[in-house]
This record gives sequence, structure tokens and C-alpha cells, in this order.
Amino acid sequence: MRGRGGAGFPTGVKWSFIPPSEPLTYVVVNADESETGTFKDREIMEGNPHQLLEGALICARAIRASAVYIYLRGEFWDIAAALDERIAQLYDEDLAGEDILGSGWGCDVFTHLGAGAYICGEESALLESLEGKLGMPRVRPPFPAQKGGGLYYEPTVVNNVETLANVPWIMEHGAAAYRAIGTEQSTGTKVFCVSGNVQRPGNYELALGTPLRELLYDCAGGPPEGRQFKAVLPSGGSGPIVPTTEEILDTPLSYEGCVAAGTILGSASVIAMDDSVDMTWVASKVTKFFRHESCGKCTPCREGTYWLDRVLDRILAGEGRAQDIRLIDSVAKNMQGATLCALGDFAANPIIHTIAHFPADFQAHFENAVEVASAAEAAGD
Amino acid sequence: MAERMAARLMDATTPLTERYAERIAAAFAKYPDKRSAVMPILFLAQETYGYLTAEALREVAALCEMDPTQVQSIAGFYTMYRERPKGRYWLQVCTDLPCALNGADAFYRDLQEYLGIHEEGGTSADGLFTLEHVMCLAACDKAPMLQCNFRYLESLDLAKMKAFIEEKRAELEREVANGAVAGEGA
Repeated sequence: MRGRGGAGFPTGVKWSFIPPSEPLTYVVVNADESETGTFKDREIMEGNPHQLLEGALICARAIRASAVYIYLRGEFWDIAAALDERIAQLYDEDLAGEDILGSGWGCDVFTHLGAGAYICGEESALLESLEGKLGMPRVRPPFPAQKGGGLYYEPTVVNNVETLANVPWIMEHGAAAYRAIGTEQSTGTKVFCVSGNVQRPGNYELALGTPLRELLYDCAGGPPEGRQFKAVLPSGGSGPIVPTTEEILDTPLSYEGCVAAGTILGSASVIAMDDSVDMTWVASKVTKFFRHESCGKCTPCREGTYWLDRVLDRILAGEGRAQDIRLIDSVAKNMQGATLCALGDFAANPIIHTIAHFPADFQAHFENAVEVASAAEAAGD
Repeated sequence: MAERMAARLMDATTPLTERYAERIAAAFAKYPDKRSAVMPILFLAQETYGYLTAEALREVAALCEMDPTQVQSIAGFYTMYRERPKGRYWLQVCTDLPCALNGADAFYRDLQEYLGIHEEGGTSADGLFTLEHVMCLAACDKAPMLQCNFRYLESLDLAKMKAFIEEKRAELEREVANGAVAGEGA
């Protein structure tokens, strides 16, 4: 199984990185769910909290962790309260706490609330936040699974809610049964969050590899009356946008299928847009999100998102300069690969890919634009 | 251990420890490190004082054995902490892409107009409502939506919000009539 939080890293491999003889290890559940367009973990925790708790405890048993911390975004305080009740039941049933079922192994389970910061969904920022610090990414290595890189410097597995919710099923039915679902490289089912311009937005659990067409039309009911789909963000605000051509609609929704189509599956938060939507406005919306959510640690992301947002505002106000498209494309490309966490890359995506796929949407804002003498002048106001 | 700590906190008697001694002790019991409890205790301080006053920050710092400046930086970094007083109802409207594709920008402008609030984070004249934008709240399938004092109100339109607002205004009027509040709202 590949991790369901977005990166798609093999879960078993992640667990195997924990050094076997470490006396103190932790499991941290990432329930920060803040990616634009993602609302699946919320429903899993509301609808089936025991499945998550069971998966987390199986992981804890596998690495002999001494505690599980479930980090929920602060707005999910009511879900945390409901989870706390279920956790109390675990203690009553001898499934958590000291000497679980007489096995000689003990593990505590706790919930922890964030307080409003997208960046805390990034695993090293999440660990910082859990330690009572600003949610800013750490320099890696050491990685969380290594001594010095995890929670309180101890080896730690950080897994998404949906990842752990898959574990009990695999334990019960076996790996072969799980692999029979999905594709060779993307096994099992995935919860797809569909939002935006569709008739029936919501969560749909499908086998990985299901074509995008089936999700958008059969599940979500297609575009609003009288409209056509124009573009889709398969991975929320952070992944590359793609136009909804016939070929793209046939894309199998698997990790490898999305990469072949020029995008990523990520957390499978599918935001659909119809033909009434201006992609320059989409780029601006997503950029405003990242400008607000940049933690400010790395200069390219902090400054890049700030300037991209200002130039996009200028373009949308009809005051764009002829070279502004080149300018924002260049700023975005300079952010890529230049930051400690993936947020800098995410923030570049809405710019680079909307320009590449929908140049006419940008050009439409430049009817009266003039070329300004120098790039430096263009960057100023 | 948590009970002993709760008893000690009660003896210290500040408004925060008096009200939440048990919950503070329970927060400390979760972590091997006192600093990890700073976020839950800041929420409790916010509930006690309405917002994070300088006094509240100093108190949380003392409890978590941190410098008040460090606590202040935490309060500033995370958006759910209030560093200034707000209206009794803090309305945070999501206008991120999925919500905006379903009319959230127009919904926000209509609310501004109806409440007579024209700046970001402004409060209505009666002191009841503070209105501002918020980033994605993971309720994209129920747009437009907002959170009011951290409770989600989903699948909204202006008519539903007008009813909500008028109900809260009527509530305030009844309180004023009964002498429960001085008429200034929150």
C-alpha cells in the first residue's frame, strides 16, 4: 500500500525504517487535512473512528511504539472529542495503556489539536507543532523514522488517516486480496474527494485505476446543467492542473496513471472546473492560499508567493504588463526545488501549469498591455 | 499524578487555572515535555479571557515553562488564536477555490453588505459579528460554508444567514431587555 496523504510513499517501507532495537518510538497520525479540496479524513474519522484507531494500534504494535498521537487540525475539535471517547473505550477493553492484553507491550493513545496552519500537514512541521513550536519544516536528514528526526528526537512513523484506516482490512484479508484491487503499482481503494463545478460533490471510494471519467460523470453527476468541463485539479490546490480532454478523461486514477497524464494523484482531491471559469482567476485563488499558508521559513516560497499574488492581482485588475506572464512563470520556476518542504513546489504549480495549458485565458487580460522597459521595473508596482 | 497537579493549579488561582485546572493537568499528562501542552492551554486561555491578552500569554508561559515571547509567537503563527477582541460571533467564510467555484466570493460580499462590515476582520456596529476570510476548512462539498466560533455552518446562502443573524440579534435584544448585558453586545 502507498501512503494516502499525498506523497504515495510505500507504507510498509516507511515502517521498516524504524530501527528495530530503539527503546522509544512513536506513531503520529496526520489528521491535519488542510489541502484545498480535501475532506476525506474528516469523513473517515466521523464515520468509522475505530478503523483508524485499529490501524494506528497495529502500526504501533509493529514498531513497538510507546505512544500514538493523533494530530487533528484545530477546527476538528468535535471529531477529537468523539475520538477521545473511543480511546477511553480502548483503555477499558485493555487495547491501549500498559501491558495490552497481557502481551508485555504497552502503548498510550492521545489526540492533539492544531490551531490553523496548512503547513502542519507537512510531516516535519507537524512534529514541530506537536512539540509546542512554530509549525515550520525541519531540515532533513535525519528523517522522522531516524533517531534525531522524529517526535522528541525519537524514531517516528507519521501516517495519514486514510493510510492507517486501510491497515485493518489488509491484516484481516491478507496482502494478496488487497493487491487484487487497484493496479499493479497502486493497490487497493482510494477515497476521492470531488468538489468544484459538479452536480454531486462528495467523497467516493473507488479502486485505484478507475478512469477519471467514471468519477466525474458516474459518481459526481457531470458538470452543472448546460456546462462542459474545462479543467481538473486531481490533487487539490497543490498539483498540476490538466485540461479535461477526452484523453485526460480516460486517465486511470492511479499514482502512475496521473504522472503519465502530466499531473499527480496526491491526496486525490479532485477539483473540477467548467467552461465558465477563467484559469487566471484559478491561478490567483490558489496562489492566495499558498501566500497565506507559506510558513515564511524559506525565502523563495515566502517572497515568491507574495509577489506572484500581487502580479496576478494586477493582471486580473486589467493592469497587467505585456511581460507579466513571462515574469510570473519565471518566479514560479525559480521557487521549484528551492525550499525545505514541498510547499514551495506546490505553490509554483498553479502558475506554471495554468500558463502552459490555458495561455488564452491569460492573454485575454492583456488587451491593452504595454511592454515595460526592464524586468526590474515590471516587478515593481 | 494528574489529580495532584490539578490540586496544585487550583491553589495558584488565576482565572485560567481556577476554571480549567483539570483540563490543564490532563493536557500536561499527555506529553513527556511541558512545552507540547502550550497549544491546548492557549485554547483554554482564549476561552477564559475571550482573547489572548498579555496577561493570558504570561500565564500560559509560566505554566509551560516557556518565555512569554515564545508563547506570543505561537499565538501569532496559528490562525485560530485571537490576539484581539472579536464580536460575540466570529464568522470565518471559506473563499478558497472549491468554495469560490460555488459562489463563496459573492456570498462573502453579500454578508459584508448585510452586516455593514467593510474591512477584513471588522465587527458589526452592535458588536455581535466579526467577519473575515478563512482558508480551506475541509468542507468543500458543502460550499458555501463558514465557521462561527469554530462550529461549521454548511450549504449556506444569504437567506439562511439572514435568519441566523436576526436570531442572534433578537437574542441580544432580549438579554438587554432583561438587563443581562449593558447593550454593547460582546
